[in-house]
Amino acid sequence: MPPSLGGIELDKEYAVVMKGITKRFPGVLANDHVDLFVEKGEIHAIVGENGAGKTTLMNQLYGLLHPDEGEIYVFGKKVHFKGPREAIEHGIGMVHQHFMLVDNLTVAENVVLGSETKKGFLFDLNEARKVVKDLSEKYGLLVDVDAKIEDIPVGMQQRVEIIKTLYRGAEILILDEPTAVLTPQEAEELFEILRRLKKSGKTIIFISHKLNEVMEISDNVTVMRLGKVTGRLKTSETNPKEIARLTDNVTVMRLGKVTGRLKTSETNPKEIARLMVGRDVVLRVEKESKEPGDVVFEVKDLWVKDNRGLDAVKGVSLKVRRGEIVGIAGVAGNGQTELVEAITGLRKVEKGKIIFDGIDVTGFSPRELRDMGMAHIPEDRLKYGLIVEYPAYYNLILGRHHRFPFSESNFLNKRFILKNAEDLFEEFDIRPRKPEMLGGNFSGGNQQKIVVARELSHEPKFMVISQPTRGLDVGAIEFIHKTILRMRARNVGILLISMELEEIFSLSDRILVIYEGEIMGETRPEETTFEKVGLMMAGHRLEEVER
Amino acid sequence: MRPDSRIWSFVVPIAAVILALMIASIVILLIGKNPVVAYEALIKGAFGGRQAIADTIIKTTPLILTGLAVGFGFRAGVFNIGAEGQMIMGALIATVVGINLGGVPPVIAIPVTMLIGMLAGAGWAAIAGYLKAKTGAHEVVSTIMLNWIATYLSSYMVTEPLAVGSGTPKSPEIAESAKLPPLLTIGATEMTSGIIIAIVAAIIMYIILEKTTTGYEVKAAGFNPYAAEYGGISISKNITMSMAISGALAGLAGALEVMGVHHRFLGTLSGGKGFDGISVALIGQNHPIGIMFAAFLMASLRTGSNEMQFVGVPKHIIMIIQGIVIFLVAADRIVRTILIRKKKVRS
Repeated sequence: MPPSLGGIELDKEYAVVMKGITKRFPGVLANDHVDLFVEKGEIHAIVGENGAGKTTLMNQLYGLLHPDEGEIYVFGKKVHFKGPREAIEHGIGMVHQHFMLVDNLTVAENVVLGSETKKGFLFDLNEARKVVKDLSEKYGLLVDVDAKIEDIPVGMQQRVEIIKTLYRGAEILILDEPTAVLTPQEAEELFEILRRLKKSGKTIIFISHKLNEVMEISDNVTVMRLGKVTGRLKTSETNPKEIARLTDNVTVMRLGKVTGRLKTSETNPKEIARLMVGRDVVLRVEKESKEPGDVVFEVKDLWVKDNRGLDAVKGVSLKVRRGEIVGIAGVAGNGQTELVEAITGLRKVEKGKIIFDGIDVTGFSPRELRDMGMAHIPEDRLKYGLIVEYPAYYNLILGRHHRFPFSESNFLNKRFILKNAEDLFEEFDIRPRKPEMLGGNFSGGNQQKIVVARELSHEPKFMVISQPTRGLDVGAIEFIHKTILRMRARNVGILLISMELEEIFSLSDRILVIYEGEIMGETRPEETTFEKVGLMMAGHRLEEVER
Repeated sequence: MRPDSRIWSFVVPIAAVILALMIASIVILLIGKNPVVAYEALIKGAFGGRQAIADTIIKTTPLILTGLAVGFGFRAGVFNIGAEGQMIMGALIATVVGINLGGVPPVIAIPVTMLIGMLAGAGWAAIAGYLKAKTGAHEVVSTIMLNWIATYLSSYMVTEPLAVGSGTPKSPEIAESAKLPPLLTIGATEMTSGIIIAIVAAIIMYIILEKTTTGYEVKAAGFNPYAAEYGGISISKNITMSMAISGALAGLAGALEVMGVHHRFLGTLSGGKGFDGISVALIGQNHPIGIMFAAFLMASLRTGSNEMQFVGVPKHIIMIIQGIVIFLVAADRIVRTILIRKKKVRS
């Protein structure tokens, strides 16, 4: 007998039903009468552009936010969660985009934190280790229970987060952009785990904007757009090849609305992409062939230490010519961060030389480098790229704030600052068009646009671009990629650091692969394959790979 | 009203003061006195008559400056807990110089003494700033230590090399030409014109923070040092400079106390006004205008409390009021939530 909820007849057993969910933030309608139906035991994907309202919707299911209108049913029971604790009691677990782990505690301690295993009044560590080990074995979530969080890779940290939810009895798992921080191999492992969890009867809600992933892992897809559901799809019917693998529907969201609800199986990535951004998206950018100019930037035998005082960059040498994009591929944590920081003057160079525009700039300050025409799009836009407490118009002058026309004899020139912001908002389509809004209140994609707009407006000769599209949706990725190529056409030398192989391949003229602080080899995208670069990323030298 | 609306910066402190007065009146009731009578006396003590008002304004002046000192530090991301020591150094050095300016006309002697006081405070604070920038030594620890050094250095100075007369250790008077002319003279009370300088200092601080490139950099470093450094702002330079500016304001407070009120260095001159600056900055939400009002509020409570004592209510009640105000302002998120909840329940 199918249950009936609030007058809605349901044909199946649903783990989660969200009906007419509306959530307003000041000036923004984040969710506009969103309906979400998640079947019991399925993997349900919610896809949509940045700012479509996906995370807001899930935060309401998890009790972090409260809907202004609408009803939520969990396993057929109407619920009003006051906070996450009640959601957890109803079997909901959430793995956030940013992990909530204590770095200097062990895996086992982190899992039980908040509801510790006890012997009398005392914390029972052995029991905790046993419980975590059991869970880890039962679901194939490989973790080292005694390792400290700070010592384990991101992929394992994510598994710890999943175990945490299972330890608290989660039947419904929400994963917010789980693959954003993972390497392709780690993502593959995660999918294995999700399939296993599904087999053991768990329901999984998977937020993403990576369409291939959605096709691979989900059963159903809900597409959201502008706060509305635009589509609900059976994944298996969208692309027959993928049916075998796992799938069931898609809901597409955009600007707080579900813009599409498609059967994943009846659709394809292109259709989902169209529902997400409201237009067709070119997923691969066309790069015009171009003869690069003379060398604008060079690094010779560079050695840099990390925060713990260990060598992170070990004798890297590279050259970037004007109008050339040099891509650095590599798994996160292989010295890329330290390399970028040394190049941009944020970290001390232990040994070696940095030459920019014919001048030895080793040891130059960030300001001196900026004044010479170096721009930098940092990998962590919230930590380095933005001052979230400053309005957008102030963020858009950071780095040039001390120069004419923004500053004149130490006084800020508000008129030029506002004009600059208006121009850049228009040129880069930053939304909403409110330069006075604080940096922290923009969505991730628009924050990145602010950073990119600022750095490009410096008219640089050389740019260091680090993870430019991390966590962005297809529309924004396309925009950023086109912008990078536009800079290339303007003869800017570009050093691109990215974990996304596809990005490296489609943008770079030359590819360098970094592993444990050393360059494994140099190649060109048209001369190599993902597999070969992947092998180099795992520590094989070019010569070995070519053999 | 949204929880992040700007209006809260005004509403919260005012609500906090009202709430604090209400809670304190319960305490007054509990000790068997009439709160209405007590508060009447408090108001009379602070504002009843020209003399009372003059007293309040004299007390307001140094509190504005130490409040600005701490508030500027907060905006720049440094916790200058050493305004006390910087004020002492400002007063001490201003005294030493002021004593020796006998033959110099006031147009020169007054600004020189004032400037020397500011420099002394700035230098004292810059030590802590430099140590933080170079070695990472936390400024809370180093400024507390510098406070003690300043305290004992000054008491040595007024008990040995500079000592005059008997009783309270004190220095000789500074030269006539280095004294600030009073704004008003009411009976025996000379109302210092330092208040004008303090207000000007608040306006200058506002302009620096909101209109200048320096302010942009100082606030950027305070909000997010990583992004600031990325944007070409030198963090170590900023820390030292912010501490120096903060110290200069505290030093000015000390110099004005010497030049406008006591005309000499007294062992008890600072009397915790540097520490009060922390409370003033908190209540004033680190905003120059807010700090002026907060300083005025605290000074009014202080002068009014003597009168309150006459009607049998211990003056320490004002400490309770002050404590509650600070607690509520510091916890302003809580207050906002309570106020918003109430509104929701009503509607």
